[in-house]
Amino acid sequence: MNAPATFDSARPAREKLVVIGNGMAGCRAVEEILERDRERFDVVIFGAEPRVNYNRIMLSPVLAGEKTFDEIVLNTAEWYTENAIELIAGDPVDHIDRERKTVVSRSGRVEPYDKLLIATGSDPFIIPVPGRDLPGVVTFRDLDDVDKMLAAADLGGNAVVIGGGLLGLEAAHGLSLRGMNVTVIHLMPTLMERQLDEAAGWLLKQELERRGQTILTGADTEEIVGKDGHVDAVRLKDGREIPADIVVMAVGIRPATRLAKTGGLECERGILVDDHMVTSDPDVVAVGECVQHRGQCYGLVAPLWEMCRALADHLTERKLDGSGGYQGSVTSTKLKVSGIDVFSAGDFSGGGEGEDIVMRDAARGVYKRLVLKENRIVGAVLYGDTADGNWYFDLLRKEEDISDMREGLIFGQAFALGGGALADSNAAVAALSDDAEICGCNGVSKGKVVDTILAGACSLDAVRSQCKASASCGSCTGLVESLLALTLGDEVQAGASTMCKCTSFGHDDVRRLILEKELKAIPQVMQELHWTTPDGCASCRPALNYYLLCAWPGEYEDDQKSRFVNERLHANIQKDGTYSVVPRMWGGITNPRELRAIADVVEKFDARMVKVTGGQRLDIFGIRKEDLPAVWADLNAAGMVSGHAYGKSLRTVKTCVGSEWCRFGTQDSTGLGVKLEQMSWGSWMPHKFKMAVSGCPRNCAEATIKDFGVVCVDSGYELHIGGNGGIKVRATDLLCKVATEEEALETCAAFIQLYREDAHYLERTAPWLERKGLEWIKAQMFDGLDAVRQLAARFRHSQKFMQDDPWAKRAAGERRDLHSHLATVVPAGMEYA
Amino acid sequence: MMEATWLDLGPITQIEPGMAATLPVIGGDEIAVFHTMRGEFYALVNKCPHRQGPLSQGIVHGDSVTCPLHNWRISLKSGQVLGDDEGCVPTIPLKIDCGRIYLLRESVVGQKAA
Ligand SMILES: Cc1cc2nc3c(=O)[nH]c(=O)nc-3n(C[C@H](O)[C@H](O)[C@H](O)COP(=O)(O)OP(=O)(O)OC[C@H]3O[C@@H](n4cnc5c(N)ncnc54)[C@H](O)[C@@H]3O)c2cc1C
Ligand code: HEM
Ligand code: SF4
Ligand code: FES
Repeated sequence: MNAPATFDSARPAREKLVVIGNGMAGCRAVEEILERDRERFDVVIFGAEPRVNYNRIMLSPVLAGEKTFDEIVLNTAEWYTENAIELIAGDPVDHIDRERKTVVSRSGRVEPYDKLLIATGSDPFIIPVPGRDLPGVVTFRDLDDVDKMLAAADLGGNAVVIGGGLLGLEAAHGLSLRGMNVTVIHLMPTLMERQLDEAAGWLLKQELERRGQTILTGADTEEIVGKDGHVDAVRLKDGREIPADIVVMAVGIRPATRLAKTGGLECERGILVDDHMVTSDPDVVAVGECVQHRGQCYGLVAPLWEMCRALADHLTERKLDGSGGYQGSVTSTKLKVSGIDVFSAGDFSGGGEGEDIVMRDAARGVYKRLVLKENRIVGAVLYGDTADGNWYFDLLRKEEDISDMREGLIFGQAFALGGGALADSNAAVAALSDDAEICGCNGVSKGKVVDTILAGACSLDAVRSQCKASASCGSCTGLVESLLALTLGDEVQAGASTMCKCTSFGHDDVRRLILEKELKAIPQVMQELHWTTPDGCASCRPALNYYLLCAWPGEYEDDQKSRFVNERLHANIQKDGTYSVVPRMWGGITNPRELRAIADVVEKFDARMVKVTGGQRLDIFGIRKEDLPAVWADLNAAGMVSGHAYGKSLRTVKTCVGSEWCRFGTQDSTGLGVKLEQMSWGSWMPHKFKMAVSGCPRNCAEATIKDFGVVCVDSGYELHIGGNGGIKVRATDLLCKVATEEEALETCAAFIQLYREDAHYLERTAPWLERKGLEWIKAQMFDGLDAVRQLAARFRHSQKFMQDDPWAKRAAGERRDLHSHLATVVPAGMEYA
Repeated sequence: MMEATWLDLGPITQIEPGMAATLPVIGGDEIAVFHTMRGEFYALVNKCPHRQGPLSQGIVHGDSVTCPLHNWRISLKSGQVLGDDEGCVPTIPLKIDCGRIYLLRESVVGQKAA
């Protein structure tokens, strides 16, 4: 070194540095200090753990049996001796006395300091449920915790991990490799929701389940149940009980600030420090997870290294990297579960002003998403292929302008930097040989696609239907579009419109593929069909929710957040934000009890108006969302159920009085209307669906402007389809004539099911009929011998799961969150205003 | 002090991702607190700049919400109306601490003066 000779001998005495916390940050800080000035301090380190410093993040591989403790030690006993550091292990500091400048340990040892370094890390957060103190409930923070888990694993049995974040999943992975039967309980619907988006979280869940773990998302722990003084099970709020021989609590961490707080240092979430890691006392510094810097607390190691450098620069007054102190860190995370590659960095809440680039490769189980803002990467989530994680992270941290390589960015470093030719996607495709495979799903080569185009397929749809390229998962859509452009230039025809801007597929394709590929969840459809957005938009989410509901009755769980407000709240939103409530009146018939209940509701909840609707029932206006469950409870009590006036579903069945009363009546139109309504209420449809039954051709119930209308005649029933009122009135077409009421009901069920299975979401029967043609509909229903019966049977099967009054469930307390406020704010002083 | 500056709304688990909850303010505008599918929280005045639609009841996607009344799209981050329409919804500073939601008190109660 070319430093001038030191004046060590002239120094009266070395300063005394006391470190609290023999962990990753504490020891690293000491190393950085020694590197700058070996002579400045006498160092004493207190550690609560009875051992030397080790690499905490490697506890996961130790648990999984991939590493031993010796392999993860960072500072050996020799290191402490060689550097004349006194390690007081297994004796935590209990108290800081800043007045006297001493610390006091649990065993009573008093140690004076000139400079004090606090590096106490974090404490695991324990959720305050009954049973949390039972033997067998452990956290995952240090080696002792790992030893406890290993001891439990030796006995085998059931492990429950509470918390599906990074730590929880690593614990679950280790315990599962050690032979335990593992269940992960996660409060949120998405695993690792702080690092992953819905799409990546879903893929991760699938993979862990494939490996034999049970993953319960949206699961809230109510109690840890003990038996004979040891943990025995975990009970969830929904009543489920999961047997447990060990429970690992991994729900999060909290900066360990107790010492600092009782010592009178300023703390918020963590110990407050400035850019030189100095606390509110100039002689006390702090680093690691226990600090809060510029409002930020960290739970990862990367920021510690930077903090320790800034700290050492300050304490030794020597700047090795010449930085102006600690500036805060951008972090990235990786899940350490062997065989599963997950990477996440930055801010990828996406949408809004940010711009997403999404790439999905269902065959390889890959999902990649970059979030760009002003030509810079601001966030990244990678699942299944994380090779480029570090490169993206680097671009992100350096805020590099990526406009030059934008086209190829999502394909990774090799591709994006591969040069000019590749950056233009058309040029890249032109460069492919004729036998290069374009569509992996259906094995279609470039030559074949080009031939198909030359033979007259001028649109994406035509290529899909004629040679199957891009017809399965859609991941090669871009390539096929390039080939169309290269082959035809301007003559490419826009195909049938796609469902929305998130996908290259139209509604029909999506519906077909949901069945073919047995897709049963929204994130799964988005992954398998290569959605270009992370979680869809307000037009595709409700459509997918309906398609899945229709395809998998009884299996698919309705996704409330993909529903329009009216269907979410089972009432119609009005322009002032209040709701209207329409109870069902079967076939338009009511009675004094129902009328009284309605009248009572109107008065009790101050409804501003009651109106007789065009659908022959009563609409109560001006109900507030928080009153809805109570309104429904009152209506339920009088025997009324939801009228679905708010839904893409069966609305009303309008009837006339028919042969019961009318002198012209030919059949019991009222009775048939009631039966039709009872058969079909509650079913979700592509759009709203209205019916009517008139007792004779005078047609008082206006059956010929309904989606399904019945006109009774002497010899039976004329069944009409595809009518509606509204802006563009359309009269129905005659579908057929039947002799009996049973046949009328059966045909109606079949027609509804055909509409449910074929129409696009938000397409009413009238435009659907005009698009497909009356003849097509007749062919579907009457050409096959048994088609009507089969369609009707599918409808009835699906109805088994649908005819469950949503109002009754809500009135009984289901989804209370949707109807209540978080709180009400009354500003101070308002009371007197 | 945290208690004075920040208003504690309780645990984050009250709002499912992809949903929003409401906070009426006596003498001010109701506030909507959103939880995105990605796990982030935002607070905005619960009033669409178009015709006062309750944004809390819209469909949340990415970090925007689509108004339930006429489908305007609003950025949860900036309150800015996205796409071809124009306008802006006031946002309320929000922070999450130890699993609880906090709103900046002065922005909640000071709305009227602003
Ligand atoms: C299982 C596991 C896996 C992880 N994986 C990753 C990962 O993959 N990537 C990543 O970036 N981060 C990971 N982390 C986080 C990382 O380990 C921490 O960010 C890092 O250890 C923080 O360092 P620290 O020095 O602040 O705290 P610690 O390393 O926890 O050190 C604090 C030390 O202080 C001691 N102490 C506390 N109070 C006192 C007292 N009063 N007296 C004396 N001693 C005291 C504690 O016993 C502890 O030994 C993981 C953590 C765990 C538990
Ligand atoms: C958001 C928009 C709409 C709302 C909230 C709404 C609401 C309603 C309600 C509550 C009823 C009473 C029906 C019942 O008793 O169940 C009704 C009836 C009716 N609506 Fe709408 N409607 C809307 C849009 C439309 C549109 C777009 C059309 C035209 C396609 C339409 C055509 C009709 C007709 C024709 C009736 C009378 C039905 C009958 O006589 O049976 N409505 N509407
Ligand atoms: S449709 Fe015929 S049966 Fe029905 S009320 Fe009118 S006239 Fe009478
Ligand atoms: S009020 Fe929100 S879009 Fe009209």
